[in-house]
Amino acid sequence: MTSARRTSYGVKGAPYAFLLPAVILFALFFALPIGYALWLSLHKVKVSGLGLGSGARKEVWAGIGNYTDALTDSELLAGALRVVGYGTIVVPVMLGLALVFALMLDADKVRFTPFTRLAIFLPYAIPGVVAALLWGFLYLPDVSPFYFVLDKLGLPQPDLLDGGPLYIALSNIAVWGGTGFNMIVIYTALRSIPAEVYEAAKLDGATPLQIALRIKIPMVAPSLVLTFFFSIIATLQVFSEPTTLKPLTNSVPTTWSPLMKVYQDAFGKGDIYSAAAEATLIAIVTLVLSFGFLRAANSRNKQEAAR
Amino acid sequence: MPNTKQWRLVATAVAVTLGATTLAACGSDDDSEAQSGPVSLTYWTWTPGMDKVVDLWNKGPGKEQQITVTVKKQASGDTLVTKILTAHKAKKAPDLVQAEYQALPTLVSNDALADISGDVGDAKKDFAEGVWQQTTLGTDAVYAVPQDIGPMMFYYREDLFKEYGLKVPTTWEEFAQTARDLKKKAPDKDLTTFSANDSGLFAGLAQQAGAKWWTTSGEKWKVGIDDAATQKVATFWGDLVKEDAIDNQPMYTPAWNKALNTGKQIAWVSAVWAPGTLTTAAPDTKGKWAMAPLPQWSTGEEVTGSWGGSSTAVTTDSGHKAAAAKFAAWLNTDGDALAALAKEGGIYPAASGAQLSGAFLKSPDFFSNQADFYTKAAEIAKTTAPSAWGPNVNVAYTSFKDAFAAAAKNKSDFGAALTTMQDDTVADLKKQGFGVAE
Repeated sequence: MTSARRTSYGVKGAPYAFLLPAVILFALFFALPIGYALWLSLHKVKVSGLGLGSGARKEVWAGIGNYTDALTDSELLAGALRVVGYGTIVVPVMLGLALVFALMLDADKVRFTPFTRLAIFLPYAIPGVVAALLWGFLYLPDVSPFYFVLDKLGLPQPDLLDGGPLYIALSNIAVWGGTGFNMIVIYTALRSIPAEVYEAAKLDGATPLQIALRIKIPMVAPSLVLTFFFSIIATLQVFSEPTTLKPLTNSVPTTWSPLMKVYQDAFGKGDIYSAAAEATLIAIVTLVLSFGFLRAANSRNKQEAAR
Repeated sequence: MPNTKQWRLVATAVAVTLGATTLAACGSDDDSEAQSGPVSLTYWTWTPGMDKVVDLWNKGPGKEQQITVTVKKQASGDTLVTKILTAHKAKKAPDLVQAEYQALPTLVSNDALADISGDVGDAKKDFAEGVWQQTTLGTDAVYAVPQDIGPMMFYYREDLFKEYGLKVPTTWEEFAQTARDLKKKAPDKDLTTFSANDSGLFAGLAQQAGAKWWTTSGEKWKVGIDDAATQKVATFWGDLVKEDAIDNQPMYTPAWNKALNTGKQIAWVSAVWAPGTLTTAAPDTKGKWAMAPLPQWSTGEEVTGSWGGSSTAVTTDSGHKAAAAKFAAWLNTDGDALAALAKEGGIYPAASGAQLSGAFLKSPDFFSNQADFYTKAAEIAKTTAPSAWGPNVNVAYTSFKDAFAAAAKNKSDFGAALTTMQDDTVADLKKQGFGVAE
């Protein structure tokens, strides 16, 4: 009735009203599916007898059975170790290259910057499956032009789809596709450093190399932390590259990475219960690792700031 | 009422959410619908050109009986099984589905397929016994109508066999000798490869040797994957790989295509559908291949296995099971339908009568040099050994791919890989709670 009272409803109700769409969407498309996955992970199917006919299949409570099975599954562990090996190649190489490219593009006397930037970024725009197919063809000795050249030159022709080289082959696809994106993130951070800082450094007689090492890299450290964080998550979730290379070789099993095992259990074996438990475990490990890293990075920053 | 506005907002939001839930909940409640009046059915299939075949039904017999079928094109094989099971869980599976024979027990054990024995009439008489038996799972029920089959055969480069003075092997022993002879004459060539990426091929070879991977005794499943027959097959191929008499790289890769196209591999153990695959994989070798019966385990035998083949099944979720079964029977036994299936979908019919009619009077283009291709094929099809599928073929197949890929790569003991496959399959059955006989 009065304007004062009207204002008071608005103040009380408005935050909730504005929150509501987000909360509903969050509940429907985030909390509910996660909850369902957790529920599935605590159940299993129980078949009786031959399992033919209706009513022979029941969903029963499994407790933490699926989790203990997953944790004691040697294939899941082996897959995790393979991914760790893959990650120790991908993350340092990709971020190292991204940083070097970003610093080079940011250097004073560089020509064709826009073109180079685009050329390095372009592979990121290519879908992972397409990239893996493309590289897969290049890795197959019988159809690859590289092997043809190596053969003509009389050089040794390593089998890139087997043993140790397989990790390099897979890492190469990820590095090729991911360097551009990380470079852009770091490059953008470099561009936002105020010019005065460089002027001051130059007046103090710093060489371009010293500027890069002592000023640029420390100042883009937050971006490096961010790209590292994203890279860890992407590595733990590697799926499409090994899945695409799998049919080309005997060396990639269907459970090469943990996510491939989840996929195999859910859609190959039709056991969504085990798959849900494994997916939950992978999510927990990913959260612990990535946030653990973020915390470590933050506390180090704080220590340095305090010094 | 001071808070009306706020409440209205909350109420609307809640109503919208509930509305969505209710919408999702209904829509599957048409099970009880009566069998009269026009009926429309949905059909999940991966056969190319199926929509054109279904048009024949919708314009002909379907129109008379007021049964309209709509085709929804799907991915083939295992992914479709998972999709059907997921849809069935929500009680929303389509009326009709295409299913490979080895997937039928899995689908039946999930109660996804309806028993249509009362609705398919006398369709049984159109099929060879071994083919029909796959759709009954050895019971009195009928869970599907056979559509196409894949009797296995031996394909070889006629010209290169002549060039290297090789004889077409009639036994597996001769096959091994042929592989060794070729290695002596042309060390950079291979007779064929042992590929670990298609479990169906190995299953077919085991079937030919007399293996019965899944059998039942009382209320228990018996898994015989590492039985003597399959061990014999596994050891045979393992030895050939170990002594480098044949290649160990997987099929269906660009490298494999090239090997076939350039004559680096000069033979392929495959099935009746091979001409289609060779046409795309090895286009330059048209007219240079010939087909022969599969080599045998003992002289004078005439047995083959099957690799591929599928059926049309009616789901338990269908509200019009009788109508759907009628369509399934028509599709796979009617002369016009089978002719159209052969022409549009390129399938080899399961119905014996259709194997020598219409599209199958003339050899496939790729085999124009072999005039009696389909006469021979029909004869071979008759010799197909019975198959024995169980409720977790998918698990066995996955285990095969991993265990045999590793064995082929390391040129190690195939018998051990087979034992892994057996153990994985039994463990999975037990985990699910099936009765398992040791």
